[in-house]
Amino acid sequence: MQRHFDEELNHLKGQLARLAAMAQEAITVAVEALKNRDAAAAQRVIDSDVGMDSLELVIDDKCLDLIALHQPMAGDLRFITTAIKLNAELERIGDLAVDVAQRALELAGKPELKPLVDIPRLAEIAKRMTGDAVKAFLEGDTALAKKVILSDSEADELKRAVEKELVYDYMVKDGSTADRAVPLLLAARHLERVCDHAVSMAEDIIYMVSAVVVRHHPEELK
Amino acid sequence: MHDVNIDHERQMGMEGFHPALVRGPVGINLNSLGEADMFGSEPKITARGVNFYYGSKRALNNINIAFAARRVTAIIGPSGCGKSTFIRLLNRMHELVPGSRFEGEILLDGLDILSPACDAADLRKRVGMVFQKPNPFPKTVFENISYGLEVNGMTDKRAIEEKVVDSLRKAALWGEVKDRLKDSALGLSGGQQQRLCIARCLAVSPEVILFDEPCASLDPISTGKIEELILELKKEYTIVIVTHNMQQAARVSDRTAFFLMGDLIEEGRTEQIFKAPRDRRTEDYITGRFG
Repeated sequence: MQRHFDEELNHLKGQLARLAAMAQEAITVAVEALKNRDAAAAQRVIDSDVGMDSLELVIDDKCLDLIALHQPMAGDLRFITTAIKLNAELERIGDLAVDVAQRALELAGKPELKPLVDIPRLAEIAKRMTGDAVKAFLEGDTALAKKVILSDSEADELKRAVEKELVYDYMVKDGSTADRAVPLLLAARHLERVCDHAVSMAEDIIYMVSAVVVRHHPEELK
Repeated sequence: MHDVNIDHERQMGMEGFHPALVRGPVGINLNSLGEADMFGSEPKITARGVNFYYGSKRALNNINIAFAARRVTAIIGPSGCGKSTFIRLLNRMHELVPGSRFEGEILLDGLDILSPACDAADLRKRVGMVFQKPNPFPKTVFENISYGLEVNGMTDKRAIEEKVVDSLRKAALWGEVKDRLKDSALGLSGGQQQRLCIARCLAVSPEVILFDEPCASLDPISTGKIEELILELKKEYTIVIVTHNMQQAARVSDRTAFFLMGDLIEEGRTEQIFKAPRDRRTEDYITGRFG
């Protein structure tokens, strides 16, 4: 039986998908800004954060309304509590894109340290994991959520490789590169944190769909 | 029935922690918990293989369920699912329905209450019932409670008075009626009348109290008082409550049973039933998708 409540839930899904798209776009622009040391693009990302913050508040308010007015149970309850968590994770991902943009601002006007290869790759992984997590939420797809969780190691390895290269190939060899290497090091860390938030989302989605807690229990993924 | 997980949880001081952080000593995952645990206490009532018929119409199909002592079990389900029929069997009210018959057994502390050897009047002293509509006697507040005591052979006036006061206190009504004991019970509000019926039930010292939609005709304030009372009463009594109000079941019960078309579909911890029911039909019912 189709319920009016389902329309409300679908509307909520749509808003979260929109927030996710905004966060992914922010990462794309922030990493382009970093690559090209483009201050204007970086500033656009920083300015766009207010839109994500506003949408986060709207979604939060909607979730509280649905709880207060419908007293959801079972799958509905798990859906809304998951939506609340995803909302916070996506807003945080937006903040991390802003952090990357701020690193781009720090590098703007300075000579290029090196052409960026791994950081854009890390950004692609972060966007893919975020997108997959949201898709898993929209479609209730636990297999996809599981894939997101398992791909976190790929991001961790790439971040470590970036760190190693920046520290040993640049900063150790030539201390004067530090003011350009540190922002890149931090950017890699910001992007790796995006992946961690995607993993948190995926864990919540598995609980939402199957009521199995995998958070802090990786053995449940088997 | 002993539950290693719950005992372990208490020992570890982890009551109230997220279930996923609480593991049984033998590594049992609480994710998979959901079998009938009795919170460390023996079941007060056990129904086995209960079938019930109104004439040729079968109203209950092979019901097997246990009710934990000094806990609240809520029975939920759509109209006509058999929940009231079942609760009425627990103090033999079904005998008032001509042409009805049953199969199976219901044990109260091991005594088969459906057997002819069990006296219905004695049983109803042990298993009291509160109905949907408050049904005080057209007598004074005091007499509503003293009547049952006198019928049961109590003659000492002082003892009767003490029992009346004690019952009214336990039913959280004393403060409101202590100056109106000689007034007609019919002059009380609906919520007060319902608590008077609960006091009347408590006066004969039952072990089990059955509530058949006790708040159906009450406003939210009176409903809140009855729910608080139920939570207080479970310290001493085993409680079974039939309710159409899912939020009420969630608020007051430790375990919840879902009935559908005479079948017991699912029974488990209330948190589990309302967060993650195992059966699709339970999910559909409690999320309003039914139909």
